Amino acid sequence: MATITLEKINKVYPNGFHAIHDLDLDIADTEFLVLVGPSGCGKSTALRMVAGLEEITNGEMRIGDRIVNEVEPKDRDIAMVFQNYALYPHMSVYDNIGFALKLAKTPKDETDRRIREAARILELDEQLDRKPAQLSGGQRQRVAMGRAIVRQPAAFLMDEPLSNLDAKLRVQMRAEIASLQRELGVTTVYVTHDQVEAMTMGDRVAVLKDGFLQQVDTPQNLYDRPQNVFVAAFIGSPSMNLFEGTLTLDSSGQGGSLTLGSQAISIPSEVLAARPALAAYDGQPLIYGIRPEDMEDASLDSRPDDQCIHGEVSLVEALGAEILVHFGVDAAPVDSGDPDAVVELGDTAVVVGRFNPRSRIRLRDSAKVAVHAERLSFFDSSTRLAIWD
Amino acid sequence: MGDIVSALVITVIALAALAALLGAMYWVVGRLPKKWREGARAWVFLFPSAVAVTIGLLVPAIRTIYLSLLDDNGNKFVGFENYVDVFTTTGTRLTVFNSLSWVLIGTIATVAVGLAMARFADGMRIESAAKSAIFLPGAISLVGTGLIWGFVYAGPPFDVGLLNAVTEGIPGLPDSWGGGGDRLWLLERGFGGVDPPDSAPGVNTFLLIVVFIWAQAGISTVIFSAAIKGVPDSLIEAAKVDGATDQQTFYRVTLPYIRSTIVTVATLTTVAGLKAFDIVAATTGGRFGTSTIANEFYVTRFVQGRSGVGATLAVLIFILVIPVMILNRRAQARAEEMMGG
Repeated sequence: MATITLEKINKVYPNGFHAIHDLDLDIADTEFLVLVGPSGCGKSTALRMVAGLEEITNGEMRIGDRIVNEVEPKDRDIAMVFQNYALYPHMSVYDNIGFALKLAKTPKDETDRRIREAARILELDEQLDRKPAQLSGGQRQRVAMGRAIVRQPAAFLMDEPLSNLDAKLRVQMRAEIASLQRELGVTTVYVTHDQVEAMTMGDRVAVLKDGFLQQVDTPQNLYDRPQNVFVAAFIGSPSMNLFEGTLTLDSSGQGGSLTLGSQAISIPSEVLAARPALAAYDGQPLIYGIRPEDMEDASLDSRPDDQCIHGEVSLVEALGAEILVHFGVDAAPVDSGDPDAVVELGDTAVVVGRFNPRSRIRLRDSAKVAVHAERLSFFDSSTRLAIWD
Repeated sequence: MGDIVSALVITVIALAALAALLGAMYWVVGRLPKKWREGARAWVFLFPSAVAVTIGLLVPAIRTIYLSLLDDNGNKFVGFENYVDVFTTTGTRLTVFNSLSWVLIGTIATVAVGLAMARFADGMRIESAAKSAIFLPGAISLVGTGLIWGFVYAGPPFDVGLLNAVTEGIPGLPDSWGGGGDRLWLLERGFGGVDPPDSAPGVNTFLLIVVFIWAQAGISTVIFSAAIKGVPDSLIEAAKVDGATDQQTFYRVTLPYIRSTIVTVATLTTVAGLKAFDIVAATTGGRFGTSTIANEFYVTRFVQGRSGVGATLAVLIFILVIPVMILNRRAQARAEEMMGG
């Protein structure tokens, strides 16, 4: 059990590529911290630096009270779960799990007890004599977990451990890993590109992009109060709808309206009252976002007309409990900076709304959509930082 | 000129005839009932190589076994007398022992040197240069290799020996050994000063095995190097995180992972060792207690004209290769099972 502290950590590769910029992270004892970000954001590099598999260019890394910058991986008292599991193919499940204990010269009977205990927790009792090649994907994943927990290390480091599993197993293992971690109380750093994993598993989530830390917070805070455009778009599925528009305050300064292409959304006074900083943007362009669930089929929602928008429906996805309605508006789409996202081109933005399944909206309808304007997020269009105050 | 043209014409006609024959057979097979078609089609393509293997390999092998049961003139049936001869005559017994030394020392050393070079060259700045340097000897024909090392080991009266030149300056070495006025490396007698053929195998055979290792280590380094690079990085990293030192990682993860490659290289080297002829023939011609089974076979059959014992020695090589092949097959199967292949 230990804290993990990263202070102004930088990683510059010999070819000059600057992968991590001044990364600061304080990971508390027993905490489950998820590093999430699009491909190439530096999350795996950061994890590998904690493991000692990647050299730290500068900055200070501490596990517990010990500075570990120059400490070999084997002396860091960490266990790692790899994306492809990295099981030793020539060893049985038993030997795979026990390899670290054997290297540490743990007494034979204790080694045996701990291997069997780990196997019991992971329901691998029947597989102990098998070789990895004879196991299913899910079982291999469990062996990789077993190899980590048998060590009773100061920290678990997990590098996309579920990405090689099929969707159903992934959901199941997601819950199992999270509860196992809570049970064992071992500090865990977990890397994933899947924001659902990040949200469901982490005590806190650190969002990275291009080697820069964007925000570290609890999953709910990330979702409710993203600090910038990137986090707003990255967290949540479907993504927050982002537009560039102009805010105009009315003469009383109490309310105002936002342009959405050729349309406008009226802004209630309480929004402006809660965020006095918005007053400075009067007549200025800014970026604003609407989460899909903050929109509704206007026929099912009694909003005044000035809080409704119109658009032609291009896709309806019925999911049973909800329907996702895609419709076009003539506003300029905003590129959130996520390299994995599909970038929309041109002057038409596709908006996704999460509607009540009773909605009767059909493909190619001209939909009237109510916007819960009090739930809007606002961002400065040049700094791209959120305006919450 | 006319000869070349007619030879070319005949070659072309022969190839065309073969193609026509195959085409015709393929056509006929295509008209067979469906249930026979697949099997028959395979035989059409196997047929030419089956004929070649029968004429070039099977028939001579059977004939050699038959000859080994006849006397040296190939007239009288003598049963296993030749085999008894080979194992009771001191000279040939030494030959068998020498060949087994080639196999044992040569194979172990080739694998060990290859693994060591591959491991330590891995990731070095001069890796490719170092590997090229160690690979080069393997590109020279073994007869050439033998001639080169003949010069290295040479003593008087040909005062060109590289080893002699190098050891000249080392104090404490006697000025001469092995007779004559200088240091002889390939002694003109067997081990312990006993003249061949009654001598034990000794330093001479060992010196020739060194030549063999020199010639084989390059290719084994290159093969091992490729195999080591094929070990997934994450496996090595997992071992490091699990607490393994570099050495433990190499012995407990890398080596088991490339096991099937090791078995392959060991098999190839073993077979090459059993066949060892060129180096022996080019350096000592099998004298001074250095003869191997293959060299002895050549001398017995083609120099002395004794077909019975000659054939027996050839059969002996054949028999010795069989267990190697079986072991190789088993090891490969185990390795494939491990890798889930």
